[in-house]
Amino acid sequence: MRYDSLLDSVGGTPLVGLPRLSPSPDVRLWAKLEDRNPTGSVKDRAAFFMIEQAEKDGLLPPGATILEPTSGNTGISLAMVARLRGYRMICVMPENTSAERRQLLAMYGAQVISSPAAGGSNEAVRVAKRLAADHPDWVMLYQYGNEANARAHYQTTGPELLADLPSITHFVAGLGTTGTLMGVGRFLREHVPGVAIVAAEPRYGELVYGLRNVDEGFVPELYDPSVLTTRFSVSSADALRRTRELLAAEGIFAGISTGCALHAALGIAAKAKAAGERADIAFIVADGGWKYLSTGAYTGTLEEAEARLEGQLWA
Amino acid sequence: MAIEVRIPTILRTYTEGQKSVEGSGATLAELLSDLDSRHSGLRDRLVDGSGLRRFVNVYLNDEDVRFLGGLATPVADGDTVTVLPAVAGGGR
Repeated sequence: MRYDSLLDSVGGTPLVGLPRLSPSPDVRLWAKLEDRNPTGSVKDRAAFFMIEQAEKDGLLPPGATILEPTSGNTGISLAMVARLRGYRMICVMPENTSAERRQLLAMYGAQVISSPAAGGSNEAVRVAKRLAADHPDWVMLYQYGNEANARAHYQTTGPELLADLPSITHFVAGLGTTGTLMGVGRFLREHVPGVAIVAAEPRYGELVYGLRNVDEGFVPELYDPSVLTTRFSVSSADALRRTRELLAAEGIFAGISTGCALHAALGIAAKAKAAGERADIAFIVADGGWKYLSTGAYTGTLEEAEARLEGQLWA
Repeated sequence: MAIEVRIPTILRTYTEGQKSVEGSGATLAELLSDLDSRHSGLRDRLVDGSGLRRFVNVYLNDEDVRFLGGLATPVADGDTVTVLPAVAGGGR
């Protein structure tokens, strides 16, 4: 396929069946390969839509500085678009994210400001909001509350899924900014009666969450619980195990958040099979495994990999 | 077989430090009552008059019971129930 430029090639990703992991001919799993985007993650869709909208709204004069709290993929996507469009990019990133992400951001010319590991992405959001208040000329696109993030999925990911899988019964994606779930979820609900929208939420160890008061939890502004049908909480151990199963059984080398989504998809599949119901379950492969090699997620035993992952953000 | 219930660190004072305990019942409510008979006070930390406490999440085979049926959610031998303090949001 031919495109006028890299940005024109965002989206249009393959949807591939998983014949070995699907439990029966009536209960089938489908992987949407979002690692086939220009910078290798689903976030290219949101980054492109958010910058396009900000330009339309006159928020980004030539040479403007973009600021964003991100644990990696969104920053990399924004840095690529910013580079091509002539903007300066600053990412606020938890210090416990992988080395590959930092190197990629540096390659695209982005500046990284580290936020404390304790508190994870929530702390990065707080630090970025403080920086934005101190620098009124910086533009924070703010993926957690930017309607263009969810709209990217409403206008592209959702229609692609429906075109490739008209018989879709379930859509599963990770719960981060909630942009993918809200955008695809709204689109599918408008077109597929009874479709189930399933969130897969990473469950980190207590090293990441620390002993924070539970009511400090952060809810993205994009999040509308009425779009969701159900929600799974997936431990690091299960996410790792499923990431490896996906590679071993189906040949797909994905990042660890994909294992999280696959775990929820398999949970749905098991319930559908037990109930004797037909199901076509599509889930998002948010990125490939390349950026996580240094975490040791793919080497040694599962127990060793889990121990190495303790205290790291993997989604 | 029984139902395995995983307990977060902050509630292990009720389970003599055990990370997981076993119980039985046909619904989540029955299971929690059964647990409370051996781990007195645990139920009150999870449930108030109107149902599950606001800052507690309970998962049945990793699925949030608030989306299933709350305290009335059916449970069965071989299931795993996970109790967690509620922390919203993820990371991207």
